[in-house]
Amino acid sequence: MTPDRAAAEPGDAVEPPVDPELPVDAVRPPRPGRWLAAAAAIAFLAWLAYTIIVNENLHWDVIVGYLGDGRILGGLWVTIQLTVLSMVIGLVLGVLAAVMQLSDSPVLRATSALYTWFFRGTPLLVQLIFWFNIGLVFPSFGIGVPFDGPKLIEWQANEVITPFTAALLGLAINEGAYMAEIVRAGIRSVDPGQREAAESLGMSHRQVLRRVVLPQAMRVIIPPTGNQFISMLKTTSMVSVIAGAELLTVAQRIYLGNFEVIAMLIVASIWYMVLTTVASVGQHFIEKRFERGHARLSTRVRRNLRPFAKEPA
Amino acid sequence: MNEPDDSGRLMVRMRAVRKRFGAVEVLKGISLDVPAGEVVCVVGPSGSGKSTLLRCVNRLETPDSGRIWVDGELMGYAERGGRLHALRPAELSRQRRGIGMVFQRFHLFPHRTALENVMEGPVTVLGTPAARARREAAELLERVGLADRAGHYPAQLSGGQQQRVAIARSLAMRPKLMLFDEPTSALDPELVQEVLAVMRDLAASGMTMMVVTHEMGFAREVGDQLVFVDDGVIVERGHPREVLAAPRHERLRAFLGQVL
Repeated sequence: MTPDRAAAEPGDAVEPPVDPELPVDAVRPPRPGRWLAAAAAIAFLAWLAYTIIVNENLHWDVIVGYLGDGRILGGLWVTIQLTVLSMVIGLVLGVLAAVMQLSDSPVLRATSALYTWFFRGTPLLVQLIFWFNIGLVFPSFGIGVPFDGPKLIEWQANEVITPFTAALLGLAINEGAYMAEIVRAGIRSVDPGQREAAESLGMSHRQVLRRVVLPQAMRVIIPPTGNQFISMLKTTSMVSVIAGAELLTVAQRIYLGNFEVIAMLIVASIWYMVLTTVASVGQHFIEKRFERGHARLSTRVRRNLRPFAKEPA
Repeated sequence: MNEPDDSGRLMVRMRAVRKRFGAVEVLKGISLDVPAGEVVCVVGPSGSGKSTLLRCVNRLETPDSGRIWVDGELMGYAERGGRLHALRPAELSRQRRGIGMVFQRFHLFPHRTALENVMEGPVTVLGTPAARARREAAELLERVGLADRAGHYPAQLSGGQQQRVAIARSLAMRPKLMLFDEPTSALDPELVQEVLAVMRDLAASGMTMMVVTHEMGFAREVGDQLVFVDDGVIVERGHPREVLAAPRHERLRAFLGQVL
């Protein structure tokens, strides 16, 4: 590295000369506006916290008391069940509808399009009330010969359609219509060359989808699905119109008895925020898992790259 | 991978193959024979139909008319009672297994390491036990000079390395025919030779190859047959050294003037 290396004997590998380091240790320009804005924001937050804490109408003792209430926890559990089940069913419906949408058959494409068109075109609230009252249209349904033929098994709508099953039907089928669009976008984001390479190896359509296309589509599908999940945690509160026994319904039942309307709504909101926070953290880790092969985030890639890290001279 | 005496056996037989994309007829009746063990280089200006020709062989494109036989087997159809019956997808997949394909843009599976890319075909398609597939994949990576890159993801490899992994991935299926669709066109100039070296070795081992390329040096040195395609027809064909030394057609002369 020193200049006299250049005078090395001919035939030796000559290192190119390296300039000495020139560190940059610059003074930052003053930013008075930034300090002012920060001070204003802190003052506002302090005022907000003060008014909330000293406000006697908020009944913090009641809120804290009801956070662990048995009925509230029961509603919380129903909310979690509704969210997870309707997301799982919605995801399955969505993949199915997306694959139909991308198929060669015009009949399957049209069926899938009809599904998403109808369920995205009507309000979820209407769908929930509709499913809850489905018995008015179909008093009974069963498995057997279609078009009014004999039935093997038959159910009465009044027995099968509880608030929970009506909520699950409404949320899952509605969610499937949105997931279909997300999955379709994910599948379409995969380079067509990937499919060709897989087909050239002799893979069947199903193998191409399962081994090559879907794993890569997941990178595009996961972030919006996480958003859908978080959104679903809160959308379940709509089920309160059919008395679904989830978190908001339970909170409402309690405040109809003790008139602590705001306190009960805050109790419910705190639990919704806990759920969405946990879900956001989970989303972050799942996204990292599916970044495999895409250098920026994957820890495995970083581990693999370590041998290339520059050795100190 | 190939029988010692292949003399006279035709690996690929194309007859009157036509293909149209919308209003454009890309292939206007291509007939071509590739004897087993030979290397056929297909050259021509861009848009001449040479890639489509190659993609018809393993039916990534379906010809509108004409017949293609690979190793004596009619591609895409079964003949019963004097009529052609289009093959079911599963049978088409079986036909494709024996034909390796290398793409201009590699198309490695980005979510799998180099080793996993090479293992993918045998494990998924042939049902080879993972341990054996892993061992054979490692040997193939060694053969293309990438034994030390087995655990790398495609994004961590140079273009030349990715293309060599792609060649290994095709070879893992033990193909009887290899198709190369401009394998070096997406590479930086200094990376072209490492890929051509692997292809040269493969040709020397007796593999039957169809190579769409702009590398006239490779065609001259390795090719047994040179086919010049222009505007959807084969304009000139013959031994590469003779064709390149004395092109008969004006179109080929003009083309060579541009690429050499």
